[in-house]
Amino acid sequence: MYETHTIGCEQALQRLLEFIDGELSDDAHEGIERHLLVCRSCFSRMEFESRLKQRLSTLSFSDVPTQSRDRIRELLEGF
Amino acid sequence: MATISKDAFAAEVLAILGPLHGVARRLTKNDADADDLVAESITRGWQARASLIDRCAFRAWMFRILNNTFISQRRKTLARPREELLPDESGGEERTFSIFERLHRPFLLWFATPEQEFLDKLLREDLERALAALPEHYRVVVMLADVEGLKYGEIAEALDVPVGTVRSRLARARGALQRTLWDVARERGLQTSTASRTSA
Repeated sequence: MYETHTIGCEQALQRLLEFIDGELSDDAHEGIERHLLVCRSCFSRMEFESRLKQRLSTLSFSDVPTQSRDRIRELLEGF
Repeated sequence: MATISKDAFAAEVLAILGPLHGVARRLTKNDADADDLVAESITRGWQARASLIDRCAFRAWMFRILNNTFISQRRKTLARPREELLPDESGGEERTFSIFERLHRPFLLWFATPEQEFLDKLLREDLERALAALPEHYRVVVMLADVEGLKYGEIAEALDVPVGTVRSRLARARGALQRTLWDVARERGLQTSTASRTSA
């Protein structure tokens, strides 16, 4: 790990999850992006956290059991 | 802004029924209770439809009703609800626990990445178990952010907390999830080649 002319590892890691979540301002996002270009350790951390987030997203249920969906349709029709 | 029509309300609900039902299942840990929670939340949503200011915020608005409905149902059944439901915002080791830091070896060759190997070996069941083991206030925020992909602003709306609280709670929740995931993986005997040599 080392300091770059923009931001250091500590600052980058502090906001890495917000970076991955797409929740930073354009300037802050670019600052971390520049750091990741030159820091292999932080880049590896970013890859790991991104993949873990991606794995978690696969837990989303797209299918609702038919019986449950029918119950909700019936409920909505009754409003 | 005009109150949402019955047809529009139904269309909005059906478009997010999967995520609503998924979150309800993980909150209640029971399919029958999840069905009841979703139905009750939708009924409450319809009754409170005048409070929906912005149709674009329907998803967050509906998750807020679901979460509040769940909490109010829990309060009826818990003997000491406040102690169970109020999140501890103080944080601790869980905020900083990182699987990456446990496994990463900076001086290995480029193709040897124990942390990626760890992820490759994880099963869906491991992730489900770790998520289910989280305290409720952490499980909710991870489900909304990472499983369902809500933005921080939407989560703040859904949980009725400031965005800053979402940031800090999510950081702690993710640390707690990694801690739990680490324990779940070790219970299953999952070790990476490097971890098995270094983390005894």
